[in-house]
Amino acid sequence: MEQLLLSLLVMLLGVLSCVFYFFGTNWLLIIIFPVKHVSNEKMAQNIRRAAAIRPWLFLGPALFFLGLYLVYPVFDSVYLSLHGRNGEEFVGLANYQWLFQDNEFIESLTNNILWLLIVPALSTFFGLLIAALTDRIGWGNIAKSLIFMPMAISFIGASIIWKFVYDYRAEGSEQIGLLNAVVEYFGGTPQAWITIPFWNDIFLMVILIWIQTGFAMVILSAALRGIPEETVEAAVLDGANGVQIFFKILIPQIWTSIAVVWTTITILVLKVFDIVLAMTNGQWDTQVLANMMFDWMFRGGGDFGRGAAIAVIIMIAVIPVMVWNVRQANAQMEGR
Amino acid sequence: MAGHESTSNSITTSVMLSLRQIRRSPLMLVVHLSVLFLVLLWTFPTAGLLISSFRDKDQLAVSGWWKALSSSEQNIIGRTASPDQQVLLDGKYVLSGTIEGFDTKDKILRFGWKSKQPEAYQVGSVAAMKNGATLTVNSEGSYNMTALEPFTGSRGKRIFYTEIAAPKFSLDNYVEVLNSEGIGQSFINSLTVTIPATIIPILIAAFAAYALSWMRLPGRGLLIALVVGLLVVPLQMSLIPLLQLYNTIGGFFGVSAKTYLGIWLAHTGFGLPLAIYLLRNYISGLPKEIIESARVDGANDFEIFVKIVLPLSFPALASFAIFQFLWVWNDLLVATVFLGNGENELVLTGRLRELLGSRGGNWEILTASAFVSIAVPLTVFFTLQRYLVRGLLSGSVK
Repeated sequence: MEQLLLSLLVMLLGVLSCVFYFFGTNWLLIIIFPVKHVSNEKMAQNIRRAAAIRPWLFLGPALFFLGLYLVYPVFDSVYLSLHGRNGEEFVGLANYQWLFQDNEFIESLTNNILWLLIVPALSTFFGLLIAALTDRIGWGNIAKSLIFMPMAISFIGASIIWKFVYDYRAEGSEQIGLLNAVVEYFGGTPQAWITIPFWNDIFLMVILIWIQTGFAMVILSAALRGIPEETVEAAVLDGANGVQIFFKILIPQIWTSIAVVWTTITILVLKVFDIVLAMTNGQWDTQVLANMMFDWMFRGGGDFGRGAAIAVIIMIAVIPVMVWNVRQANAQMEGR
Repeated sequence: MAGHESTSNSITTSVMLSLRQIRRSPLMLVVHLSVLFLVLLWTFPTAGLLISSFRDKDQLAVSGWWKALSSSEQNIIGRTASPDQQVLLDGKYVLSGTIEGFDTKDKILRFGWKSKQPEAYQVGSVAAMKNGATLTVNSEGSYNMTALEPFTGSRGKRIFYTEIAAPKFSLDNYVEVLNSEGIGQSFINSLTVTIPATIIPILIAAFAAYALSWMRLPGRGLLIALVVGLLVVPLQMSLIPLLQLYNTIGGFFGVSAKTYLGIWLAHTGFGLPLAIYLLRNYISGLPKEIIESARVDGANDFEIFVKIVLPLSFPALASFAIFQFLWVWNDLLVATVFLGNGENELVLTGRLRELLGSRGGNWEILTASAFVSIAVPLTVFFTLQRYLVRGLLSGSVK
């Protein structure tokens, strides 16, 4: 309880110090460059100077945090990846050489590629399907809300939910996991799903698809609604059927939104580690890069060189999306 | 002219008609059913967790949650009253009463007195035990045990029985996880991390977003591009350098590297790109006239921001706050790396991970714990969904 009070106090303190900083620097600016009781010429000059400095005061704290917590670490990680386990001795590309000979890394890389191929595709597919279907029915919003819900659940919570679905009891005893119960109902043999290589990857991916479909659905549903009715009406007039309208009229018009959804989920897939950690911790051939990196950070006291090298590999995979995003954002700004 | 108008009218009418026909066609039934199927598919896993968390732990272990409302057969070991309650009747020592711990809603089917044959006798029949002793158990839980020799020992004799158990629901699992599994303390720890880490970035980001929208400064486009780029930088890049930095600073001041202050600041840093991006999208979309007329009236940027822009930006601030809250509350990675494992530090996600290891088979513990941890974000989700959707729509790079 004391702890909570402390946290509230800190929140207040944090907000107050922000307020203090912004008000304080603004006050200083007015003192240093007064606009009242000075000659006209001086006033114009002071206004110009204050206006040149003020943006940097506004941006200061944000730039500090971005620099310290995101920009500096990117460079430092690259630096560390060229050094030994404590980050002291220079080892050149040895960490990377080790990576590409390490079986676990090859396995992680293969799995990550599999994740990248399947998760964004299926999440977008289901999201689009649900967006298109719910658009036409009265209780569509309730349906959407329920499908969107897993977004709010932590990866670790979702892992527990799905571990329960995949629960396995030896054949003959009653299954309490939904999946095995269904399999048994249809005459199949219950399996310990998360221990069967290859298929267990799919079962882990299902969890992320379950979470991300809601995101895809929300974005794509808004995009579908933004399509001008006239284009659909014109197609109907020309005698297009429902399937044709969907693929030839609707899809091309929401293409950018589909790309946005796809790339956002792609980034998420590269970073996701909680699910693998909680479900298998990389056993039974399910290792992925993010979990392997986490593992090396602490394994045997931690090997920062190897951990950083894996992080750099993840970063390299992210760069194409990053470039695409920056270009999109620039194009959008010029359009304004 | 009039003729042209009427043809276009009739075309519109026919289009409307055909659209309506699509909506009313029998295909709609298929649409309703497929949506229903998808909704069930998406909600069943969570529903299973929720229902299971309220079930009796013995029932949870032997039957699926979809059978929660039907009775189930269970094998149970009960005890008679202790031997000091025996009475001497017609030359026999007798122990009788209701089996200890028996729920009167249940019904006994079979019973036994040896662990190797726990269901050897039908209910109501008389079981012959060693040395002329007998045991009878009735379906409603009463028993009668007789013997020629007096019963000895301090505890009651064991009775094995198979019962049809009525469905039982209770809050027992929750009481247990909140008190003895440390979920209660972790809940407080999670709140301790989340509250400052949600609020502090907002103000910092709002000022920056305003500067990037409405102030003249060299390199503005570059800074915006930087923020967009940082949106996707994987956290993994930051972990090791920051851990080293924290270790150095902690060592310098002679304190632990893993503190609440450290994690608050880390979450602030990691949340800023999205915060700035979201708020900039919103603030730069505010009408130009408002800001320019204030400028003409002699207000400087600071006054414009505090008095006009900040109040107008409330919806965007709320959107970001919800995102940041969900992200921090649900985070495991940052908490594991930057916060310790002590009783006063382990957050809910970390505790769940620990329970998965130590209590992997105890579903009554896992389901109740997981539900405690997801209850808060779910509440936020269902009450503030509007802001969340709005944030998603303006927060994804288009």
